[in-house]
Amino acid sequence: MGADKIQIIEGRALPLRGDDMDTDRIMPARFLKSITFEGLDRHVFEDDRLEAKRSGRIHPFDEPNYRGASILVGNRNFGAGSSREHAPQGLRRWGIRAIVAESFAEIFFGNSLMIGLACVTASVSDVENLMSLAERDPTAVLKIDLKAGFCQAPGMTVRVSIPDHVRDTLMTGAWDTTGLLLDNYEQVNAVAAKLPYLSGF
Amino acid sequence: MGKTLLQKVWDLHKVRTLPTGPTQLFIGLHLIHEVTTPQAFDVLRQRGWRVARPDRTFATVDHIVPTRQRQRPFLDVMAEDMISSLERNCRDFGIPLYDVGDERQGIVHVIGPELGLTQPGMTIACGDSHTSTHGAFGAVAFGIGTSQVRDVLASQCIAIEPLKVRRIRVVGRLPRGVYAKDVILTIIQRLGIGGGNGYAYEYAGDAIERMSMDERMTVCNMSIEGGARVGYVNPDETTFKYIEGRPFAPQGEAFARARTWWRSMASDADAAYDDDVEIRAAELTPVVTWGVNPGQSIGVDGKVPLAAGTDQQSISDALSYMGLRAGQPIAGMKVDVAFIGSCTNGRLSDLHEAARIVRGQQVAKGVKALVVPGSVSVQKAAEREGLDATFRDAGFEWRDAGCSMCLGMNPDKLEGNQVCAASSNRNFKGRQGSPTGRTLLMSPAMVAAAAITGVVTDVRELLEEVPAGVR
Repeated sequence: MGADKIQIIEGRALPLRGDDMDTDRIMPARFLKSITFEGLDRHVFEDDRLEAKRSGRIHPFDEPNYRGASILVGNRNFGAGSSREHAPQGLRRWGIRAIVAESFAEIFFGNSLMIGLACVTASVSDVENLMSLAERDPTAVLKIDLKAGFCQAPGMTVRVSIPDHVRDTLMTGAWDTTGLLLDNYEQVNAVAAKLPYLSGF
Repeated sequence: MGKTLLQKVWDLHKVRTLPTGPTQLFIGLHLIHEVTTPQAFDVLRQRGWRVARPDRTFATVDHIVPTRQRQRPFLDVMAEDMISSLERNCRDFGIPLYDVGDERQGIVHVIGPELGLTQPGMTIACGDSHTSTHGAFGAVAFGIGTSQVRDVLASQCIAIEPLKVRRIRVVGRLPRGVYAKDVILTIIQRLGIGGGNGYAYEYAGDAIERMSMDERMTVCNMSIEGGARVGYVNPDETTFKYIEGRPFAPQGEAFARARTWWRSMASDADAAYDDDVEIRAAELTPVVTWGVNPGQSIGVDGKVPLAAGTDQQSISDALSYMGLRAGQPIAGMKVDVAFIGSCTNGRLSDLHEAARIVRGQQVAKGVKALVVPGSVSVQKAAEREGLDATFRDAGFEWRDAGCSMCLGMNPDKLEGNQVCAASSNRNFKGRQGSPTGRTLLMSPAMVAAAAITGVVTDVRELLEEVPAGVR
């Protein structure tokens, strides 16, 4: 399957303020009405962007200075709600390769891992520092080193956390799991064979 | 030291620890629907894989199906495309499909239990976060994304990290007018919408034990709104009685053996928990959300909070979206739409509770009210009892089964900044299909009350006028 090995993610940052950013906001449900993930990049945060436009603001995803950014910086409980993989798919197709946030919702975190989108956490103050930096200087380049557990930015180095198995999965390119699950399939059959509900009790 | 149900189910279904660390877990039942599967089937085709266990995979259509005018092809070309795609995939890979027109069609989390597919001690997965619903039966049920749907289709397994268990004991009697929905909304409000991250929630205590299966499903359904991917109730006589006689339930002597095994899967009395929380049922009131996530809720007799403290920014943002003033009472807020349905509260007992409020009354002028049964089976049962006439006579629309207005993927949507009293599960911005639509989550009885009065109303006031007869 040849999944990429991911250790270093380097690029400009896109700051997205707000706790509990739910997947309905990241990818409104009407864009799930498709049999492919193609084109989802166009609809990331679509309703929030329209709302910003209406009230005379520019949403970070419409801000020309953040075009081409690859590291999203978010706050608490990023990706809450629906299990729609369309949310991380849309972000990744837009160009996001890593997300630094205070915390993540569990299903979003897992879905992101499955497509090689690295989610790392940082302290509240470090997230604030990274956001302020990106707001002050959108050209600032961040460099996340998963192995070292740091995110370097001009004038600062902050510690980022990622569970060991997630880091190893990304670094070894094993985030495409199906092949792994199909290995040693006799073990799977052995487990199935001892389940009472599969053998008429 | 005893074990929790989660540990027992986990140990039984564990294939191995993967070289990368997570557990490879066998999935006993895979439920699929039209929205989160087409891309997964595409990968199977590209790689030449078969579906590992078509005998343990069941499909239905719910998210995008219209709840009226269901003749094919659907008016919505994209919806038609998705349904056709699922039909083709089920045909090609040998998976049973309960399609539009089939008596078994309905919301995936309503039909699994109805058909007896959902059973204690199982692992269950579905590409939908409300899969936690099935935990009401003492199953361990995971909401998964499309890449994991691909994994389950191809291998009948997922790679997953072990979960901690938080026991939430609800003790004492629920006051009149306080329902399972109020219990789970209170839990979410108290523990936070991210509070369940990394946990499975085990719901216990005498209030939970007295609940019907429908009520337990409502509680487990919204575990994910509390951040917990998995929620469950230990199986007991209520569970077994519900399952007995259903199409996929074990029959005769096998049922007796199943029952013994199911009982053995319940958490042991001396099981250790990673966390323990107690909720006193007597303190609970009917709950309404005032904000843009399911944790932003108050008692119906309460006031919308002031934007203060560490959450100042999110509170003021939510208030401005909802068009509410800090400190304003939530009761009396005008509603435009009343929606009774969804995997949270679209079952027969939910319709019973709503009908008690509605009977002999009229929907307030200017309110659009609709009832959407969670499955064809719920619909038919309700119609046999004449509930459809009760709702229609009161001015409600009576629809066909589907997810409907819960999520804005089918023709049932809010318009503009309409306010909707909803028995569903999410009040996120734009959730009900209009980018500026506003959702107030509450119990089906509270939605019925709001439909009749046209404003957010304390259902306990109306219940006094209705002959007693419920718990």
